[in-house]
Amino acid sequence: MATAVLLGLPLFVVAYAALQLLLSGDHSTLSHLWQTVVPEYIRNSLILLAGVAIGVMTLGVSTAWLTTCCRFPGQRYFQWALLLPLAMPAYITAYTYTGMLDFSGPLQSAIRDFTGWGYGDYWFPQIRSIAGAVMVLSLVLFPYVYLITRAAFLQQSTATMEAGRSLGLTPWQSFWRLALPLARPAMVTGTTLALMETLADYGTVQYFGVTTFTTGIFRTWYGLGDLQGALQLAAMLLVAVIALIMIERWSRQNARYEQSSQRQAQPFQLTGSKAWLATAACALPLTLGFILPALQLAAWSLDRWQVWTQPDFWGLAFNSLMLAFIAAIITVLLALWLAYGKRQFPTRPIRATVSFAGMGYAIPGIVIAVGVMLPLAALDAGLIAVAKSWFNWNPGLLFSGTLVALLFAYTVRFLSVSLQTVSAGLAQIRPSMDESAQILGYQPPQVLRKVHFPLLRTSILTAIILVGVDVLKELPATLVLRPFDFNTLAVRAYEMAGDERLADAGPPALMMVMVGLIPVILLSRAMLASQHVVLKEHELGPVTP
Amino acid sequence: MMKFVTLSIAALSAAIFTLNSFAAETVNLYSARKEALIKPMLDDFTKQTGIEVRLLTGGGDALLTRLQAEGENTPADLFLTVDAGNLHRAAQAGVFQELGSPLALQAVPSQYHGDGNLWLGLSLRARPIFYAPDRVNPEQLSGYADLADNRWDNNVCIRSSDNIYNQSLTAALIQHWGEEKTEEWARGLVDNLAKPPVGGDRDQIKALANGVCDIAVANTYYLGVMEASDDAAEREAASKVKIFWPNQDDQGTHVNVSGIGLTKHAKNADNARRLVEFLLSPEAQQWYAEANNEYPIRRGVDWSDRLMNWGEFKMDSLPMRHLGENNADAVRLMNRAGWR
Repeated sequence: MATAVLLGLPLFVVAYAALQLLLSGDHSTLSHLWQTVVPEYIRNSLILLAGVAIGVMTLGVSTAWLTTCCRFPGQRYFQWALLLPLAMPAYITAYTYTGMLDFSGPLQSAIRDFTGWGYGDYWFPQIRSIAGAVMVLSLVLFPYVYLITRAAFLQQSTATMEAGRSLGLTPWQSFWRLALPLARPAMVTGTTLALMETLADYGTVQYFGVTTFTTGIFRTWYGLGDLQGALQLAAMLLVAVIALIMIERWSRQNARYEQSSQRQAQPFQLTGSKAWLATAACALPLTLGFILPALQLAAWSLDRWQVWTQPDFWGLAFNSLMLAFIAAIITVLLALWLAYGKRQFPTRPIRATVSFAGMGYAIPGIVIAVGVMLPLAALDAGLIAVAKSWFNWNPGLLFSGTLVALLFAYTVRFLSVSLQTVSAGLAQIRPSMDESAQILGYQPPQVLRKVHFPLLRTSILTAIILVGVDVLKELPATLVLRPFDFNTLAVRAYEMAGDERLADAGPPALMMVMVGLIPVILLSRAMLASQHVVLKEHELGPVTP
Repeated sequence: MMKFVTLSIAALSAAIFTLNSFAAETVNLYSARKEALIKPMLDDFTKQTGIEVRLLTGGGDALLTRLQAEGENTPADLFLTVDAGNLHRAAQAGVFQELGSPLALQAVPSQYHGDGNLWLGLSLRARPIFYAPDRVNPEQLSGYADLADNRWDNNVCIRSSDNIYNQSLTAALIQHWGEEKTEEWARGLVDNLAKPPVGGDRDQIKALANGVCDIAVANTYYLGVMEASDDAAEREAASKVKIFWPNQDDQGTHVNVSGIGLTKHAKNADNARRLVEFLLSPEAQQWYAEANNEYPIRRGVDWSDRLMNWGEFKMDSLPMRHLGENNADAVRLMNRAGWR
């Protein structure tokens, strides 16, 4: 409970600041915003959410189904390769597509050179638009849906599928009538994660000139110099997130499918044109979401090869990796703690605080940064005052000026990712399993070690990796909270791109993607391995003395 | 699992303590100017004086919020921003004290001092109009008012009003023209836009070069970067545009400053003073012109060849504090005018 409250603290700061202002009756900024820009923020945010929801579900569910339940050329590679777009920060993908498709980019220049047309003589999709933002975010975020839905497909009971097949369902029919409805909770969970990330996104929408709630928060803070007004907007965003989470919760409550899967269903063997169609369906999101942007980054990096020989460049990579690793471990440990707390003591207040603590994912990093900075700076001030009066010693800013602040912010921001993954894993361990284990003579710690841990291992690993990759890519909070002379790959890439030096942003961005690939590949391997592990570990052995 | 935990705790504590260690002579700088654009000069300073500069870059407002939250415990000695608006806001928030260096005060013309000399400009950045000489006769242009003129319907390129440079330009116009006229101007400008206001200044120049529009607004140093680029396409784009210096017969071309202030709770005030004096020295000022294509703030410092090439011009002499004072009004006005 205390942990959840602590992690919810930055969000409370936001809510409190907004509430205070509402009560004090100073609505001048807010009413101005309502009259001018907020309707557009709401409209654009909704379009973005709807577009990304459709995009990630189409891409994620179709690829998950194909790679799990069908066999076609390349299927084995796609299983893990479809996770690769996770390593791409959305804003980096946005930079690369802008570089390729903008009117002054190579493609359009070539069209003009070839045809002799000028600007306006031909139609070309404008990449810097809300449609472009939907495309980029969908391409980068669909692996969340893919990952979680695929796990659900894998666990779907063989019996159900085989019953369907014996009743004469074609692959297509069994997808629509059995697999899809059964996987609905997983789809919704994956989509919710993608949508929360969409709401929090700043880099992509700002670069594309799409005004959303998040860009509005920045504009109100920076432009109007009104941090309070910005926090009010953030509080509105919080309300939207609560709604999103309620929808997710509701959809899960209505559908609780506990299935025991003993072995995987026989996959459908696709042949001929159908097989190639399946290959194309998987190759397309992979190419657009990873291969093309990565090639563009590689091209820029070759232009700037000297950078790779500079020692401080490798320091950036080390910093990024270290932060990602530490933050992932801390976040997942806390998520386990909270998930178990919720499982053992499912009282209302505990459930509520745990859910509240998990909302940070949809809050823009910069807002969380403010929510972390204010209490930590106050804590430091208190500590320094005590240390000075008792020991005549000034310890400096132990929390707000060090990595502690940054790690705290990451934990708040990404707790939801690990909490959802771990909770999903824990939900599969039915209470009856605990009971069976106890009947077999296991003590509670043994139950944890011998039953829970093996079953949770995949979820834990997945959570660590998802958080790690997210931390690698995180930018706004890192920018505000980091200590002196401490840079990460994301910070460097952003500074270069923000200066419109896209080519100079290439090496750090490519490095970030490459570093991000390590955990993603680990994740893919764990995922493949778990298919076999599930079979073995579902059997409870007798007690070994 | 336990191994992981122990390892991470060890790494965490190591990180905390190494980052908290203090070198003998240091000065701590919060900078809204990006690392690549200031580090070379700071390294020079360290070489000359032996004083180590510890740098934290970030957005101006975010750094200011951090400065305020840290209060008297802040490690920052100096706060550097790239626009007058943030400097003004910092001064209002009470995080600055007077630098107390007569040398520095003297080097900077008085319109580039903050109220009560709480901050000083370091370099000047001009925001003129660019045009395509093959399609536009410069005689058709006179000043910023042209941007809202019907004649340029569907032919103006400018970036989003999220950008501080556009906010400062609008703030300056509010001071010169009054709010009503400026709002009318902003509406006219929005009507004239050739494309949605996306991308940065460099993108506007490229759009102009590629025929998307006939006139554009951008800061001059972006053209400098493009002219010196090792990408042939960028150099070619730069060669297709020309600078028009607006409002030479009245207020002058809009300029903004990058500037610096000494924090109220600076622990290394002497070192900070030396750093500011260094940044205002003729050599450093020349470096700004050569490397960053910005205009030196110190009088009597030679402009680089490139700056001379673009031509001399009359700068708007509006005291910088107005840019800060009018910033929020400018943003509200642009919100109303539908300038995204």
